[in-house]
Amino acid sequence: MAWNWTTFLWAFVVGGGICAVGQILLDITKLTPGHITVMLVIAGAVLDGLGLYDPLIRFAGAGATVPITSFGNSLVHGALAEADQHGLIGIITGIFEVTSAGISAAIVFAFLAAAIARPRG
Amino acid sequence: MEWPGCTVYHTSNLDTLGVASREEGWWDMATKAKAVDARATYQQLVDKHRPARPLLMNTVRAFLVGGCICLIGQFVQMFFIKVAGFSPKDAGNPTVAVMIFASVLFTALGVYDKFAQWAGAGSAVPVTGFANTMASAALEHRTEGWVSGIGGNMFKLAGPVIVYGVVSAFFVSLVRYLVIHL
Repeated sequence: MAWNWTTFLWAFVVGGGICAVGQILLDITKLTPGHITVMLVIAGAVLDGLGLYDPLIRFAGAGATVPITSFGNSLVHGALAEADQHGLIGIITGIFEVTSAGISAAIVFAFLAAAIARPRG
Repeated sequence: MEWPGCTVYHTSNLDTLGVASREEGWWDMATKAKAVDARATYQQLVDKHRPARPLLMNTVRAFLVGGCICLIGQFVQMFFIKVAGFSPKDAGNPTVAVMIFASVLFTALGVYDKFAQWAGAGSAVPVTGFANTMASAALEHRTEGWVSGIGGNMFKLAGPVIVYGVVSAFFVSLVRYLVIHL
């Protein structure tokens, strides 16, 4: 991975671009944000299946890992890595392997927030 | 009886109880048709008066906000690589965890949701938006109790992403595995 200022530029452009695609879908289809994030997660999984998401991460860094598309990508990555070791059953056992950080962090922090804070706004 | 919706419901209710009246049969059809007609007219009115969404402006905002969130993510990732000694490949996971922590914090402070109204998809598409839906659902239902309130509602909005993410990842992985190994 090239670690110079261009990575920052591409992180901004690619990450912004994925969000812009989401916004265009949101406005044109008039679906809820929930539908759009579901579409993007599926898109991320399919792109990784085709082997296209990893090059994007190498190119754009956090621009590709921070949008929700990377969740689909990580699910496929975990499943395939485990499947390489343990065969077909690895798809089921490995699917959450890589995404554990995101899901665990979100559950724990959201729980703590709900335990401590009060709803606002 | 002047409210068509009620009549339709009422007669169909009688039908299920086995006391359908023949006289009301034709009348029922007529009101139903009228109600459908009124609904169509109403929908036309709604479509006519609904303000057009400012597509270009919304897209520019989403691009800028989403880009900035990813740029912050890039700085965090850089920090994990340079300071904490992670490899570029392993730095993705702690970065996501930090972004999620920040998002939940701003949700609890009531900042994220106000900001999200302005940013649209720019704040919903990054992983911070995913964490925001979980934290805000948990916060909103906390008064209903620890188990059915916080526990039962945390995934109310985030659930679809996990369900369809896992299902699509399962089939994508299966196809890829079979293509490679057969």
